[in-house]
Amino acid sequence: MADKNPPHTNSSAPSFRRKLLLEVRNVSQHYLTGSGERGPAVLDDVSLNLRENEIVGLLGRSGSGKSTLLRLVAGLTTPTGGDVTYLGEPVEGPVDGVAMVFQSFALFPWLSVLSNVELGLRSKNVGKDEARRRALKAIDLIGLDGFESAFPKELSGGMRQRVGFARALVVHPNILLMDEPFSALDVLTAETLRTDLLDLWVEGRMPIQSILMVTHNIEEAVLMCNRILVLSSNPGRIAAEIQVTLQHPRNRLDPEFRQLVDKIYALMTKRPVVAAAGRDGAFPGLGFGMALPRLSTNTISGMIEEIAAEPYHGRADLPALADSLQMEVDELFPVAETLQLLRFAEVEEGDIRLTPAGLRFAEAEVDVRKKLFGDHLLAYLPLAARIKHVLDDRPAHTARTTRFLEELEDYMSEDYADQTLKSVINWGRYGELFAYDETSETFSLENPE
Amino acid sequence: MMSRFVAFTSLGRKALPNQYDLLALALIIAAFIAVSHTTSGLTLPLEAPESTAISLDYRHLPYYALRTTLRMFAAIALSLLFTFTYATLAAKSRRAEMVLIPLLDVLQSVPILGFLSFTVTFFLGLFPGSVLGAECAAVFAIFTSQAWNMAFSFYQSLRGVPRDLIEVSRGFQLSGWQKFWQLEAPFAMPGLIWNTMMSMSGGWFFVVASEAISVGDTTIKLPGIGSYLAVAIDDKSIPAVFAAIITMMFVIIGYDQLLFRPLVVFAARFRVELSASQTQESSWVSQVFRQTRWLRALMSGPAEMFHSISLWRLELPFRWPAANADARAPSRLLDVIWLVLVAALAFWAGRLIFNFVRHDLVLADVEQAVLLTLITMLRVVLLMALATVVWVPIGVWIGLRPALAEKVQPLAQFLAAFPANVIFPVAVVAILRFHLNPDIWLSFLIIFGTQWYILFNVIAGATAFPNDLREAAANFQIRGWSWWRYVILPGIFPYYMTGALTASGGSWNAAIVAEYVKWGDDTISAHGIGAYIAKATADGDFPRIVLGVVVMSIFVILFNRLFWRPLFGLAEKRLRLD
Repeated sequence: MADKNPPHTNSSAPSFRRKLLLEVRNVSQHYLTGSGERGPAVLDDVSLNLRENEIVGLLGRSGSGKSTLLRLVAGLTTPTGGDVTYLGEPVEGPVDGVAMVFQSFALFPWLSVLSNVELGLRSKNVGKDEARRRALKAIDLIGLDGFESAFPKELSGGMRQRVGFARALVVHPNILLMDEPFSALDVLTAETLRTDLLDLWVEGRMPIQSILMVTHNIEEAVLMCNRILVLSSNPGRIAAEIQVTLQHPRNRLDPEFRQLVDKIYALMTKRPVVAAAGRDGAFPGLGFGMALPRLSTNTISGMIEEIAAEPYHGRADLPALADSLQMEVDELFPVAETLQLLRFAEVEEGDIRLTPAGLRFAEAEVDVRKKLFGDHLLAYLPLAARIKHVLDDRPAHTARTTRFLEELEDYMSEDYADQTLKSVINWGRYGELFAYDETSETFSLENPE
Repeated sequence: MMSRFVAFTSLGRKALPNQYDLLALALIIAAFIAVSHTTSGLTLPLEAPESTAISLDYRHLPYYALRTTLRMFAAIALSLLFTFTYATLAAKSRRAEMVLIPLLDVLQSVPILGFLSFTVTFFLGLFPGSVLGAECAAVFAIFTSQAWNMAFSFYQSLRGVPRDLIEVSRGFQLSGWQKFWQLEAPFAMPGLIWNTMMSMSGGWFFVVASEAISVGDTTIKLPGIGSYLAVAIDDKSIPAVFAAIITMMFVIIGYDQLLFRPLVVFAARFRVELSASQTQESSWVSQVFRQTRWLRALMSGPAEMFHSISLWRLELPFRWPAANADARAPSRLLDVIWLVLVAALAFWAGRLIFNFVRHDLVLADVEQAVLLTLITMLRVVLLMALATVVWVPIGVWIGLRPALAEKVQPLAQFLAAFPANVIFPVAVVAILRFHLNPDIWLSFLIIFGTQWYILFNVIAGATAFPNDLREAAANFQIRGWSWWRYVILPGIFPYYMTGALTASGGSWNAAIVAEYVKWGDDTISAHGIGAYIAKATADGDFPRIVLGVVVMSIFVILFNRLFWRPLFGLAEKRLRLD
């Protein structure tokens, strides 16, 4: 195969001259609400192209629909609007020539490494010997020699993901899809795997022509991709497209590399021009139907303390903060945004700055903190205010969760509604706004004696 | 490990019965009535097959044991077939699911031995004058004791297949057949194997009970240990009873060593867990198979064949349309047709039941049946409580000593599989000899076979109790009652529940056999619905059998829903340690 594929150096050929493999045109996708009706949009009018010889990264936070987009391309779901074409043919189901690597590895635990890799071939009636030959070759390529007869549970995470790669490569796809392939691995393992994969790519030893990967790790995207598409959240739209022209192997400490990372941070934290009218404007949303991340109050106060303390003194550069806290964008952004939502901090152009309330919180004792937190919840989080209001209004001062869940499900999927309510319960408990009983799933105003 | 595999239909569902539960109950009752109508139309005595004479000669015992075992395997094969089809249908079709799952729930609560008489008459009618009819009836009886929880476990597993694995198989464009064998069946395997094993353990009881059966004047004795035992009882031969007990012991040991343990080892392979588990099941049989070259060679042929069969594509000539909004309109129409069909069935069932009740029974019969069921329920509850008080402390004591637990656990599992009804005659002789009150002393037979489920589950729970919690309790000097109340009892509760549920279900069934026992010409019976059904069976009184079975089923369903389900919910929600 190596001779079939030209080497994947950063080809200087203009992009329009390279072969178009995949085209996504004006695609939108909606959540299904509990009753099976079409809910709010996950993806809204998204278009992208994938050409020969490129690695394209989809970068976005949770809720940006990047995984959904990948599944549309894989033919695992169908869009509610727009269309996907592969080599000019519409994608209406899984197609040959597109293979996927999963975040969770998704290996069959009852099959050995070899059988896992062979499965995709055997199921298509590739002969036994031919399948064995190709599987062994893929295993060899990806550095799994000696593990052929092992079962997934005997392997470390890194080795398991190598099986995931071998399984995808063995069917000789044109396009390799990767859904956050390194995010379930520890830092060192992930780096090794990334480097190995890039080496194979640059040397043109893999039987693939193009890679489309989903990630929430900005550095990873800059390290690997030729093009990065930044997705905005709720609904997912393509907010920016960034060309990366650095030569492989790329150096993380290269000033140009750092500049690019900073630029993307700034892009991803850019304040929306206008607080969009209606309920689901971009983040500092004011509405009731805003999905909240699952965050512990300890993380929130820990972050406030961190920013207030040395060396930041109330104002921090997000990439630097992410680096020192060993947090990835997907973990850091929700915290930053929650702080912003509760008016404890302002996020702008890749920086986070504590508000006076945030600084006061950092200084205060536990009881004062809880009071302050509760006040801010009531003032800035419509859902919390709403729960409190209902409880105050009712003579019995109790309310079931289901009534709020149902309301939330008008705005978001069941999972998000559930997560949002859980967050509010947690934060409300900390702010001592209300009590909650898990067994009966009711809010009340009284604390147990 | 067990608590994850419980497959009691009542537990996964809402406590309050909905219209489909009522429909399922009505359908099953109607089916009983229909069968009893058709069969009572045949002139009794039925054309009984040429009864093979059962000889009490010990030399025949190996042959009888073999026949009993074969019957067992026929039933398990049937149960697996049922599981793969019924559960798959229920999991894949929303419409089928609405009816099939409540039906399974009710079937699981029906006392199997109660309708032995129907099935015997039915199958004898199918194959008049042939032993085949009686064999079918026996196999069917064992099947009904095994199939429901297996099917439900499989259904539950199919509904819980991880999303990413489904996506992989879709990405590879696996056909439905390939997906079933490559993904769904293997994923369901640990639960299915565990439930199959539990079913087989329970099944021995039913083989013994179903081999020799009299309906009215017809007596059928199929060659097997159960019939041998029945003849021994008729002849009042104590040595023969013991011979049967010993033979049964060998059969169970063989089953345990040659099948149960190797299968448990085999099942471990299919567990979806990301790290290798600490507990390694071992079995010398699977060791032998793995290490002996010619055995491995012998097995590789069939394994290879199965593997290639599982890779057939077997595609339907048309593709299922992708689910999207446009496909909804015709699907609504199908829904309506389906509901009309279901309603028609319900109407038919309701009418049949109404007519039956009006013609054959008076209110006093119902009152009597309810009263007797209450007595039996009291008996089950009291004895379960007694077994709990006795076995929980013992089980905890054993479970906290791993070396001891390792030795006791197989014994407890062996005892749970051992059919208690083989031992009944010994107890009966004692009751007769010492003139004991049958209402009290026969009760013990009800939990004689089922108490072991409590024991071995409690042992498993205590063994799995986290060591750091034990150390924390010791560190804070939590002792005596507080230790039981706040430390160990909540810790083993989920395991105890699994055992208690199994034991409770088994006890209801055992009541039919245990409340009405014979020794030669002497019959001892206790007051209770079990004796009522057994007596009606002996008299060939079909309306009363139906009444007894139905009342008992309703009680069991309510008992499961209103008592076990809330407790089990508590165990699942609050007291899980993993």
